[in-house]
Amino acid sequence: MINSISKAFNSAKKEGRPALLTYTVAGDNTKKNSLKILKAVSKYADICELGFPHNTPIADGGQIQTSSYRAIKNGTKIKDVFKIVKDFKSSKFSKPIILMGYFNMILQYGQNKFLNDCKKNKIDGLIVVDLPWPENKKFANKCKKKSISFVQLISPTTSKNRLISIIKDSHNMIYYISMLSTTGGKLKVSPKKILLNYEKIKSINSNKNCVIGFGITEKSISSLKSADGLVVGSAICREITNSLNNRQNPVTKVSNMVKKLKNKIL
Amino acid sequence: MKLKKKISVLDQHDKFGFWGGKFGGNFVPETLKKPINDLELLFNKLKNNKKFLSERDRYFKNWVGAPTRFIKLSNLTEHVGGAEIWSKVVSDANGGAHKIYNATVHCLLAKKSGKRIICGDTGAGYAGKMLSMAAKKFGLKCKIFMGAKDIERQQPNVKAIKSNGAEIVPVYSGSQTLVDAVSECMRFWVANCDTTAMCVGSTVGPNIFVKICGWSTSQISRELKIQILDEFGNIPKRLKLYNCVGGGSSSFGFWNEFMDYDKKQVEFIGVEAGGPSKSKKHAAPLTYGSKIGILHGAAQYVNQNSEGQIDETESISAGLDYPGVSPLHCFLKDTKRARYTAASDEDALKAFKIVSKYETIRPSLEPSHAFSVAISEAKKLSKDTVVVVNSCGDAYKDRKILEKKLGVRL
Repeated sequence: MINSISKAFNSAKKEGRPALLTYTVAGDNTKKNSLKILKAVSKYADICELGFPHNTPIADGGQIQTSSYRAIKNGTKIKDVFKIVKDFKSSKFSKPIILMGYFNMILQYGQNKFLNDCKKNKIDGLIVVDLPWPENKKFANKCKKKSISFVQLISPTTSKNRLISIIKDSHNMIYYISMLSTTGGKLKVSPKKILLNYEKIKSINSNKNCVIGFGITEKSISSLKSADGLVVGSAICREITNSLNNRQNPVTKVSNMVKKLKNKIL
Repeated sequence: MKLKKKISVLDQHDKFGFWGGKFGGNFVPETLKKPINDLELLFNKLKNNKKFLSERDRYFKNWVGAPTRFIKLSNLTEHVGGAEIWSKVVSDANGGAHKIYNATVHCLLAKKSGKRIICGDTGAGYAGKMLSMAAKKFGLKCKIFMGAKDIERQQPNVKAIKSNGAEIVPVYSGSQTLVDAVSECMRFWVANCDTTAMCVGSTVGPNIFVKICGWSTSQISRELKIQILDEFGNIPKRLKLYNCVGGGSSSFGFWNEFMDYDKKQVEFIGVEAGGPSKSKKHAAPLTYGSKIGILHGAAQYVNQNSEGQIDETESISAGLDYPGVSPLHCFLKDTKRARYTAASDEDALKAFKIVSKYETIRPSLEPSHAFSVAISEAKKLSKDTVVVVNSCGDAYKDRKILEKKLGVRL
């Protein structure tokens, strides 16, 4: 599957660096600002992950929970998420977009309708946190038919056999969860060990773009730059929270942060 | 959708863990796939192992205190004037509620797996209290997740958890009740599943947790069946089993052994929490026709909005204050094996007053919901009908609420 996600990885590779992926929650801290944040960070990020907020997130840590609750409180609905993507995609700052969230929201929206709207709004990929392999086979196939990448997740607990099957069924991007943690935990594993596991995935199929996420901050990002891509999420959400607490502009603060992140992996 | 006979309902799911093709499953983050699979392998190996079963039975008998009483509520029967009203006094069990069965089994499994820490969620505080008791008994470190609102309203159980040496983690997110406690507990497990076992406090959560809990609480109906045969010589022609339903662990356990009887002979009535009669919020997804959604790793009927955000619930009873319900009960509802209805906060309080006025048992607010419906239906039933209510918890934990609402001092 070649879509704009693959292209983004390829151009980062040409520059000899990992792709930088940011994660923000749609509607955080307002619908307008989340669009502004996307536009601002797209100068530095290669791919933007955008969370559609759920109020019972079983895999998210405090930072993303706070962002999600803030977005829900602001009245962010799925149609707003699509609207934000549409506006982003029609701007000159456009970057590949991966929506990320929990399966119940897709289920209630209607799986086919959801994918049609993803397609219509030029969404490039999907991460569904609580739809693991092999349960996700059917849905992943539906995505493939629409040329939307379904991103498989792999964790340190994934067994060897499972690893092989998941990689076989994966599309053009795989997400390796760096450690046993919810999002935003403190990095409790050495970068060396994380990269060792990462290499295991690459050795099974080196053609799949594999990103590392969970616990990545300004401090740790450079030590992992041999990966195909690196995701920063909770650190950005925390920055939004901090800027609100300090009455600063979240758009500028986040933009500055992502710029710094980018500089560390060049 | 059909219920099979001669095979435990617990085993009537497909290879993906769905009952009736659509309830249950394993909607979990990748990280939990392995620990869940490990637990499945361990449980499947042990559940028919004679040595393990006799170990379980020994703890149930000597430590939990099996069997709990099965008594006729003669005064209440006379007052109501209809069917015979009996109670299975499960609150006799060590710790004062049915939650001890699941907690004991989970601690036994944790020991076998070599884990040294066990974490669990709690609403009314009973699941937490029992897990802390069992953890202490089996020498495990214990961490209990509890909503801040529930910590406030269930103080006696909070004290008990602490005195058993367990750590209580207050949960401030969302509605600060059971739903948030379960989420936070699962998150903790995601981050610590290599060293820590998790006990889900009811027949909810990913498939294996539903099964282990239902398997454990089935002790209630195993005892009851023997007691009924002792008392009546056979299973009465008209037997009605009333039980409150929150997550659904006590009701499933109270019914399981009677599953294969025709419902005209043995009827199951599940009573959900209808919430305050003036409020639109409730904790009764089966009664009020909530849509199927995913909560805590399983597909089930759950209170939610059109976007799939889980609704806040409201009930005087912390143990029933949960927006979802066990996949097992969804299955029993859709196969029409069980009937579900709701009682309001006020109904439950009134039932508590009546039961404690005429009898020496004092059901907590959870079973008071079941008593409320049992009393009003028993009135209209023939004298040869046998009504049994599971008094699955003791009201001591509710004394603050009862004092405030009814002026009763326990």
